[in-house]
Amino acid sequence: MPIQPAPPRPTEDETCPCRDGMFATRGADRRRFLFAAGSGVAALSAGRALAEDGAPAGARHFDVPEDPTKEQGRAVGADGGYGSCSQFETTKRVRYPTPNENTSWSLTPLAGLVGNLTPSGLHFERHHGGIPTIDPGRHSLVVHGLVGTPKRFGMDDLRRLPSVTRKHFIECSGNGLTEWKKPTLKTVQGTHGLLSTSEWTGVLFSTLAREVGLREGGTWVLAEGADAAMMTRSIPLEKLLRDGIIAYGQNGEAIRPEQGYPVRLLLPGYEGNTHIKWLRRLEVSDKPFMTREETSKYTDLMADGRARQFTLDMDAKSVITFPSGDMRLPGPGIYNITGFAWSGRGRVQSVDVSLDAGKTWYPAHLGSTPEPMCTVRFAFPWTWDGTPAVLQSRCVDETGYVQPTRQQLLAIRGDHGASASIYHLNAIQSWAVANTGEVSNVHA
Amino acid sequence: MSMRKRARCPARAAALSVLALFATEAASQTAADTRLDVGKPVTEADLGAYFSIPPSGTGLPPGHGSAQVGAAIFQERCAACHGEKLQGNMAPGIGADRLIGGRGSLASDNPIKTTESYWPYATTLFDYVKRAMPFDAPGSLTDDQVYAVVAYILSEGHVIKPDETLDAASLPKVQMPNRDGFIPDPRPELSLYR
Repeated sequence: MPIQPAPPRPTEDETCPCRDGMFATRGADRRRFLFAAGSGVAALSAGRALAEDGAPAGARHFDVPEDPTKEQGRAVGADGGYGSCSQFETTKRVRYPTPNENTSWSLTPLAGLVGNLTPSGLHFERHHGGIPTIDPGRHSLVVHGLVGTPKRFGMDDLRRLPSVTRKHFIECSGNGLTEWKKPTLKTVQGTHGLLSTSEWTGVLFSTLAREVGLREGGTWVLAEGADAAMMTRSIPLEKLLRDGIIAYGQNGEAIRPEQGYPVRLLLPGYEGNTHIKWLRRLEVSDKPFMTREETSKYTDLMADGRARQFTLDMDAKSVITFPSGDMRLPGPGIYNITGFAWSGRGRVQSVDVSLDAGKTWYPAHLGSTPEPMCTVRFAFPWTWDGTPAVLQSRCVDETGYVQPTRQQLLAIRGDHGASASIYHLNAIQSWAVANTGEVSNVHA
Repeated sequence: MSMRKRARCPARAAALSVLALFATEAASQTAADTRLDVGKPVTEADLGAYFSIPPSGTGLPPGHGSAQVGAAIFQERCAACHGEKLQGNMAPGIGADRLIGGRGSLASDNPIKTTESYWPYATTLFDYVKRAMPFDAPGSLTDDQVYAVVAYILSEGHVIKPDETLDAASLPKVQMPNRDGFIPDPRPELSLYR
């Protein structure tokens, strides 16, 4: 295990004159300073620029005693009964600057995460009509169509049914869409931040199916949300019966409003937009409904002018989160390269790391036993000699699929314009380390 | 020891009675009927509040609308975002799709996806407008108004004639230019396997 040095204490001129209810901002040069720690803890990323304003909303500022062992700390319960992160943590989601704030997305700060799970408050978001406020007492899920007995399930009904708790990632199929043509966004939050992993709790769709009784001929199921977009997707019935979850829990508590409170659909390994949030209706049918999202939006236009439709599975992918774009290594020495790997088609089998833009590959260490359709943290200790390097990672999943290069994907899917095949970019990511220690997003 | 012995008999009795209880439960929940009887049955009338219109047009409501009527509704309710000429608007705070044009561009180096050039089914347009538009008041148009706005958009895109009226019978028959432009997911891409 690499030793993690304690973060340096801020010097006098780096501490800001703190305002009431605000947080210390770091000096401008601190922004790009990197602690020689492997975990991506602290002030590493360019993420920094976004964190200028300090800790996330909800964190509270407290005066820091000279020696915390020499005076009493805060009284129990001073947090109002629900804790928040430390005032020194500055990791936040950022919204991608789409024209409209209601139909927009926010990105998970992957470089600031430790471990494998994404804190619920940092889970990426993609909304098509804003975040609705829903009273769980008035919310219900209707299951109808090709069923024996159409039924309505209130939240209390759902909670009475047998539940499962499983860890799964959700990734937006648009993750990385800015990166097809040229390296565009600077940080891993920008290039890969539409990825998050949670422990989800809920009722298997197969349990609900038994309660309503499926009729012969059912092959597709429409899922509908209770947001202003009344977001709809058609889902293969076979997928729902295999592992679809009607989820009300996330990381040990109720799903967050922006994640679909009080209940969402969870389709392990499927593209994020199919995991319908604020789920209110499931209609079993013999055909897909051809909703707006599955015709005009989440389809992949190929070079011949035809578009792939129902490209639901997320292929295997990985990314190095430390070191990553817009960080700076302070000097030669040991660095624990780390990142995430995942596959929508099963378990991660192995992850390789390259230090020379893919010429040579070394097996990385997996930080936990891979679970189906779940991220795994990988690591590779690296002694940097101070010369330029290009860092890459490559995921192989249990189906034998090897994470491709961007060139391999372009050869298959075509390369013809900004509104062509923009989804499902799962190519190997390259981070260049300059001899100055500056890390940048490159195509290699 | 004696303490344990004494405790064993009541414990066993309790265990037996629990087993007996399970046996009874099992009898009432055999493979023949594993339902837990959770959830309330809903009636057809309850389901009337929902809609989702597939290409067959099943579930399309009564009513009708023409492009001429739709033009006025569009200018009042849609043009602020989508533009008076249906050209779309990517300005901050708006972000509205372009609705017409781009036909024949999909295989070019600059494909333009619009309702006219890309959407395969007219029923989808009805479903989406009724579902989620206008953006500032979703679901506020009457069914007649939705038919009319859909007719206007399709007429401006030269998909239907300006004097055509759309209703539950005619809408599913509209042939969109890109009707056959979609293929099922051909993945896995086998060249990427080890």
